Amino acid sequence: MNWVWFHRFGSPPYFYRFAGRWAPWFLGIAVLLLLVGLYGGLVAAPVDYFQSDAYRIIYVHVPSAYLSLMTYTWMAIAAAVGLIWRIKIAHAVAASCAPAGATFTAVSLITGMIWGQPTWGTYWAWDPRIVSQLFVLFFFLGYIGLRGAIEDRDRADRASAVLAIVGVVNVPIVHFSVDWWNSLHQAPTLLRSDGPSMPMSMAWPLLVMIAAYTFYFLAIMLMRARAEVMRRERGGAWLREVLAREAT
Amino acid sequence: MNVMRNSAAAAATAILQRDLLLAYRRPGEWLQPLAFFAIVTVLFPLALDPEAARLRQLAPAALWVSLLLASLLALDFLYREDARDGTLEQYVLSGQPFTALLLAKTATHWLLTGLPLALFGPLAAISLGAPPQAAPGIFVALLLGSVTLSLLGSIGAGLTLGVRRGGALLSLLVLPLAMPVLVFGARATALAIAGDDASGALYLLAAMGVLSLTLAPLAAAAAVRISLE
Amino acid sequence: MLEVSNLHLWRGDRHLLRGVNFTLFSGQVLQLLWPNGTGKTTLLRAIAGFLHAEEGELRWQGRRIDADRDAFHWDVAYLGHETALKGDLTAFENLRYACAMRSPVTAERLRVTLVDVGLAHSDPAQPVRSFSAGQQRRVALARLSLWNAKLWLLDEPAANLDSAGQQLLASLLLAHVRRGGMAILATHHAIALPDADCRQWQLPQEVV
Repeated sequence: MNWVWFHRFGSPPYFYRFAGRWAPWFLGIAVLLLLVGLYGGLVAAPVDYFQSDAYRIIYVHVPSAYLSLMTYTWMAIAAAVGLIWRIKIAHAVAASCAPAGATFTAVSLITGMIWGQPTWGTYWAWDPRIVSQLFVLFFFLGYIGLRGAIEDRDRADRASAVLAIVGVVNVPIVHFSVDWWNSLHQAPTLLRSDGPSMPMSMAWPLLVMIAAYTFYFLAIMLMRARAEVMRRERGGAWLREVLAREAT
Repeated sequence: MNVMRNSAAAAATAILQRDLLLAYRRPGEWLQPLAFFAIVTVLFPLALDPEAARLRQLAPAALWVSLLLASLLALDFLYREDARDGTLEQYVLSGQPFTALLLAKTATHWLLTGLPLALFGPLAAISLGAPPQAAPGIFVALLLGSVTLSLLGSIGAGLTLGVRRGGALLSLLVLPLAMPVLVFGARATALAIAGDDASGALYLLAAMGVLSLTLAPLAAAAAVRISLE
Repeated sequence: MLEVSNLHLWRGDRHLLRGVNFTLFSGQVLQLLWPNGTGKTTLLRAIAGFLHAEEGELRWQGRRIDADRDAFHWDVAYLGHETALKGDLTAFENLRYACAMRSPVTAERLRVTLVDVGLAHSDPAQPVRSFSAGQQRRVALARLSLWNAKLWLLDEPAANLDSAGQQLLASLLLAHVRRGGMAILATHHAIALPDADCRQWQLPQEVV
């Protein structure tokens, strides 16, 4: 296997240039997809028979929920790479995932609550998915808190990486235990996991929105990671050179 | 200079003995979490009302939330003293497997908080209206659950070693990890109080214990090592 | 034999050590007399293996130390700023538990060592907490001499020691190198070690 690309990403100048080149493109694609998806979801998609227009919040809710777990996974992978191979860029990437992931998780919880009021008649139901999602938010907050609390940057990188990996092991256990807890208490199943399949006219905007969110995540992650690299490498000669070139 | 080398087990046992001796000489430290547990379980009925049926329903929640908080409170003593006086560094340099030495520290934590709380817990449950025949089930649940709590707590304590005021952060890190223990433990306790078969929940508690016994010491050792960097 | 080649170390953003090179042979002592804040402690901690050397190599008896850390650590004794003593235990108990982590030592030998480091007059039931800072350091020195480690890494070993204590430290070091041991000391004031193979390193930039 060719590992050259892997090591190239580990070099700060390469990553800095890579992120600088691609982040604007990703952001542009995200905005474009967002416009298409929102048009599709809010205008083109038909009104739902049961929920009328209230269901349209899924075009924000589902992509956020999807991205929240996706971000957590990426954060843990980046953290593990940083911890095992001591690649600093990986730590910068992991650190940049956390705030985005926490925001996605919070958005999915808030939109879920807004959606819950008209459909279930309550803002907060002790549904397993909601509770699991809440715990994902706690994991993100713990990660951000730990990173912020340790003054030495290398130590903060490595300690928070251990936490991210522990969290990845724990998220499925949390989910399982909440599921188990819920089945015992026999709360009504509020979300149909095997409900009627969505008609294509409703589904395509959802897929577009998920893609838009993914590109948006990539764009802001790269931007944050680039800023992080700048902060970390502020003494580096290459950065001074690059900045001087950019200034002219 | 060829000298006989003590085994890892002997080294870990020495740490365990020393920490128990230290706890014996300074009983205030580990008695505090036990007193805390007693106070919190008393506060629950006072915050509700003393009606027996309601109290019995509340007992598992009161018991497990108190156990969680008491175990958390005692975590502060786990590594902090050793980190302050340089003993942690000597563990690393002893040439013994670090994970085994830290596991001895976690075992001390369990012996001084988990075990007494598991012994005291059924008593607290009975005072909350649980029938005496529920005591063995509650004891086993607390025993299994507290092992996992000590192990999970050792990760959090290791991660927050480099943090000046880590108390609140420690709770933020450990409580989400400990949530499944609460779910299974409280359920097992509720089943025991109702006189039903609690073995399903107890098996799950035992499985959590085995899983954390295999993985948590590695994570805790990595975390403590990082704090020494 | 300890070989340090081209070792670079950072603390945060500070590039503290820029390529440290030296070799230490059996029976040699190296005294680091660098000014404050130039990385004495950092170098000792890197050799001890607490810090990861991003650049450079550390070899012990010809093997990289990260190849078998436990074997290397068995050969190392480190005395840092903190004495790693438990204040609620007596000097004897402290030594007993410290030795139990490494190799079995008889109670008789522990007592003899305590006498050797000048703690014969102290009450055996007295907890170390009530010792003076210099007496605590003597207990730590006793532990050092009990450990039979080949390489001593001492960070300010003379701190808090009176002149008799400093002589004790010098005699322990001499006995150690005569047995073929080696030592690296980070210290403000050079410790006089007549008739020992002792090098003094004044500045990190200088080559020894």
